[in-house]
Amino acid sequence: MLSIKEIWKSFGGLTALRNISFDVKQGDIKALIGPNGAGKTTLLNIVSGIYQPDTGEVNFLGERIVHLSPAKIAQKGVSRTFQHVELFGNLTVVENVMVGRYAKTKTGFFSSGFRLPSIMKEEREVQRKSEEILEYVNLVHRKDEIASNLPIGEQRILEIARALATEPQLVLLDEPAAGLNIKETRELGEIIRKIRGELKITIVLVEHDMELVMKISDSITVLNFGEIIAEGTPLEVQKNPEVIVAYLGEEEELQTGYNADT
Amino acid sequence: MKKEDLSAFLVFIFFIILFPILSGGAYTLTVGIFSGINALVAIGLCILMGYAGQVSLGQAGFYGIGAYVSSVLSLHLGFPVVVSVILAMVAAAVAAMILAVPALRLKGHYLAVATLGFGEIINVILNEWGPGGPSGFGDIPHFGLAGYTIDSTTGYFYLTWGLVASVMFFSINLINSRTGRALRAVHDSEAACNAMGLNVAALKIRVFILSAAYAALAGSLYAHYVTFISPGSFSLFYSILVLTMVIVGGITNLWGAIIGAVVITVLPELLRRFEELDVLVYGLILTSSLMFFRKGLVPILIEKINKLKGFAFVKH
Repeated sequence: MLSIKEIWKSFGGLTALRNISFDVKQGDIKALIGPNGAGKTTLLNIVSGIYQPDTGEVNFLGERIVHLSPAKIAQKGVSRTFQHVELFGNLTVVENVMVGRYAKTKTGFFSSGFRLPSIMKEEREVQRKSEEILEYVNLVHRKDEIASNLPIGEQRILEIARALATEPQLVLLDEPAAGLNIKETRELGEIIRKIRGELKITIVLVEHDMELVMKISDSITVLNFGEIIAEGTPLEVQKNPEVIVAYLGEEEELQTGYNADT
Repeated sequence: MKKEDLSAFLVFIFFIILFPILSGGAYTLTVGIFSGINALVAIGLCILMGYAGQVSLGQAGFYGIGAYVSSVLSLHLGFPVVVSVILAMVAAAVAAMILAVPALRLKGHYLAVATLGFGEIINVILNEWGPGGPSGFGDIPHFGLAGYTIDSTTGYFYLTWGLVASVMFFSINLINSRTGRALRAVHDSEAACNAMGLNVAALKIRVFILSAAYAALAGSLYAHYVTFISPGSFSLFYSILVLTMVIVGGITNLWGAIIGAVVITVLPELLRRFEELDVLVYGLILTSSLMFFRKGLVPILIEKINKLKGFAFVKH
């Protein structure tokens, strides 16, 4: 459903991405891993339209999206979360999700000043739907709190809830487990699986937490210095000597908590 | 409208109706009218700055466009005043659009300087090409509707505050709607707004237009009340005065804009008894109010009330 073709991107003299191509299958959880500075976030920023690649194509559901603005790409069904949480910090939890409904609702800028029945109805509908989404990610008990007052774990879940409110077909998660403890990471893993399993949303995940990545991904692409060095299932990637060298600098088994039957 | 907003609004209406009956005469009412005119500009700036997070030091420009366009249309071209006022708002909206498109890319201090420049350009234009040049012009017709002219002070008070109440009603609804949420979201994170599919540029242009239309409405009310205008009333000083109102009242609360406008308009009148020292006392009051009530009068007041009620946190 997402196809990335021959992406090159450099910043000044530094080549961040070299000839990156890969596909993401509908309904997959695809992980992008690699050491810091490998270009993972840059790639997400290209897919979501924040950066333009120097050359290369991004196709989403067969449509070329590489030239579109971030907002347009979001409207096409690609939503995302951010490595450094980008919540609407002064809005309440439920309001954050309600902003996610923006593109799916119609009330005009100036007509929103009038208390028309149709507007009030849409507003109630947005409120209901947003609370439903919060319920889905177990955050509804926090709905009236100011978003910036939540602990980081819940902020990351809220970012996912807000992304879900846009009714995406593809969600890009940029290090959703960063700063989370083991319990929170496990809950996050459950939610990501649930979103894929029940809502049939495809997920691209950038993550350093190998335990999480190995447990939930269907396929993994490994980047190092802007190049793809390996691709495959979690098992294949773990055994790949190049990946081990990139991560550890020498030939050792990659330590993960992965085991085949989970 | 939320419950607390609705009750505040009803008290507000009640107060508007009673004020001319209880007040001590024409002088108090006149100060009241100017407070109302300033409140209109302040409400617009409050939405622009406090909610959408966009700075403007150019509101005097829109205020001036409102006053001049409405005056020229009604006095020189014979348009009915109501039509002139509406066209003045449209003119300011167009000017806001022209300003907003290039200014959109700017943030913070840079946006402040760009809007300041805009205000000054309008002021220079009024000085050079406005009727009467720097000395301005008079004989501007009073506000009238369907053959009935409003020229009594009480009538004008009700007209002004009736418009303040309407604008307030519209604004409270807007702030608590899909639009208001989006504006506050733009304030907090444009990156996240993009990821949600919000058209940030369109939102910014529209909120500039809204604040400009409010300022133009105020400007035309001013012109038709005083019946004489000159560029001096629409200078940078006025932009800063409105900014002060919004900050003193509390930038994150629409009611703060009204309270701030009233306080800043009434204060110099109350300080007349200090004669030459009035400016000094005025400055002292402003400085200390910002030192001790940094969030502004209304948010502080809400906090105090909520504390009394024992609520854990404040919404606005």
